[in-house]
Amino acid sequence: MAKRKKKEMTMELKRSKWSQLLASILVNTIYAMQNFPIMLLNSLLAPLSFLIVITFVSHGALLSVAIEGAFIMTMVSAGMALQADLSHLKNDMKVQDMVVSSPTSAFMYIAGMGISEIIYFIPNIFILSILAVLFIHVSIQAALVITAVMAIMFVFSIALSFLLSTFTQDIIQGWAFTTLVSTLLSTIPPVYYPITYIPMPYQYIAYLSPTTYAAQIAQSASGFLAISPMQFAIDWIVLILAAVVMFIIAAKKTRWREI
Amino acid sequence: MAESLVCKNLGKTYKTGSNALRNINLNIPTKGIFALIGRNGAGKTTLVRILATELLQTKGSATINGFDVVKDADKIRQLIAIVPQEGRIIPWTTPRQMVISYLLYRGFSYKEAKQRADESLKKLDIVKYANTQSSHLSGGIKRKALVAAVISSEAKIIFLDEPTTGLDPISRADLWDVLKEMKKDRFIFLTTHYLEEAERLADKIGVIEDGKLFALGTLQELRKKIKYEYSVEVFGKGAKIKPKTGEVVTGLDEHKQIFTTAKEANRLSKELIKKGIRFSSNPVSLEEIFYYIVKRSIDTDRKNGEEKEKGDDYGA
Ligand SMILES: Nc1ncnc2c1ncn2[C@@H]1O[C@H](COP(=O)(O)OP(=O)(O)OP(=O)(O)O)[C@@H](O)[C@H]1O
Ligand SMILES: [Mg+2]
Repeated sequence: MAKRKKKEMTMELKRSKWSQLLASILVNTIYAMQNFPIMLLNSLLAPLSFLIVITFVSHGALLSVAIEGAFIMTMVSAGMALQADLSHLKNDMKVQDMVVSSPTSAFMYIAGMGISEIIYFIPNIFILSILAVLFIHVSIQAALVITAVMAIMFVFSIALSFLLSTFTQDIIQGWAFTTLVSTLLSTIPPVYYPITYIPMPYQYIAYLSPTTYAAQIAQSASGFLAISPMQFAIDWIVLILAAVVMFIIAAKKTRWREI
Repeated sequence: MAESLVCKNLGKTYKTGSNALRNINLNIPTKGIFALIGRNGAGKTTLVRILATELLQTKGSATINGFDVVKDADKIRQLIAIVPQEGRIIPWTTPRQMVISYLLYRGFSYKEAKQRADESLKKLDIVKYANTQSSHLSGGIKRKALVAAVISSEAKIIFLDEPTTGLDPISRADLWDVLKEMKKDRFIFLTTHYLEEAERLADKIGVIEDGKLFALGTLQELRKKIKYEYSVEVFGKGAKIKPKTGEVVTGLDEHKQIFTTAKEANRLSKELIKKGIRFSSNPVSLEEIFYYIVKRSIDTDRKNGEEKEKGDDYGA
């Protein structure tokens, strides 16, 4: 009897999780680009800047490595952009309040927003893919490794983003977090060039960032960097661990409901 | 389960030390319209946000239709919808896009969301602006778009935190009509600074001041809370009128307002008619009640120096 009643209640409105994902994609990417086309241009060019600088400075020698770096950084940028977007929607429009007081769960909201960031960066990934096909010749296997690394970096950075966004009280603070974290994840770590380019004591600092491990895996998979199988395994472990730990911290410490 | 909204010793102290809610006890049926009124900083938004599962209380508990706002938040979130006080339509969406997105968040299919969006935009008379990017719209239209989003949903319990702030008198009256229609099968929890709004719409009114619930009841019940339930306004210049009982407030231009009992108001009216003096006699308005209740509490607080911690108990 109770079971039947429950069924009836859920029958009333079949809520679609797809709709909830679609909502974030529309709000955060499609409608935004429709109304502000400059965002599309930004998406095309954003992570290419470092690629261009490194390529010119190295007289083209590091082009291929830098392309791989740009792939990874696109995912980090996408994840970190989420932080500013979430903070804006939460603090300035109170959209997050409206969503909290609705059937959408924190997980669906973040998943939708995360996907929306990837969609936002699709033009960028497309350009990078063309460059990759033209300038780096990697095996399918290496391409899969790089994709996996990108996915892990993405999970890491959206978890970090969500965590930070729940603590921000204003978009200005949000931007500060985004810039700070992007610097920590992309400037010091050797994403666009091999770690061997960094003088010794500083290499240790680089190893504090998960992007270093991500880049190392990608670079060795495509043969730019020779590392021992042991090191390769360690890199994977650290990278996955970083993502998992960040995910757990985010899940525990983020505030869907304010305190 | 009980179709009611219950707060038991509900309290909220923010991390800043601000005591926003102190011991709120409330038990109201979740049907019709409940209006919460109170001065700036009285705790209205804090209470609404706790009930709408956005904010965690620091003391006590609250349930909606038997579901606890903390333990059963998932169930409550299926039932409720809110327009936050500072909610704004996303500047890069149109009202139609905003309403559609909100409905998608509630799990509607895109097709149904579109349909419902068009209906509610029509209801709020903003079809004309449906496809205008909202950063180009006036404040009131933007506010209406948010209200449209929420009322287009299936939610049975709707929190509106100052929904009519910034609306022109006609739009406000239109929204009142919409709310009156809606209250037939939903519960609306409303906060407002427009006391006329509470007076016209609400089946029950709560007065909150300094985090305490000072009064709760229908308008008639609230009238009984204050000493004099009638107000006689005398417009005649130089009119000499002395009530047997009551208080006389003399305003500008010798405009007199007499707060008194129903009986004395009746007697005064007869006297004024005989004298041919223009006047009006009415039951005290919510504004007057509010002023009376809140002013008295502020005065006592000032006199006592220390604020008292205890709130009153009010039942359905
Ligand atoms: N996030 C917060 N952190 C700290 N204190 C807060 C916070 N939000 C509100 N307060 C404090 O709690 C008290 C109640 O605020 P609340 O916003 O609930 O009032 P309100 O009745 O909605 O007022 P208004 O009519 O101005 O909207 C105020 O003293 C306010 O300063
Ligand atoms: Mg408020």
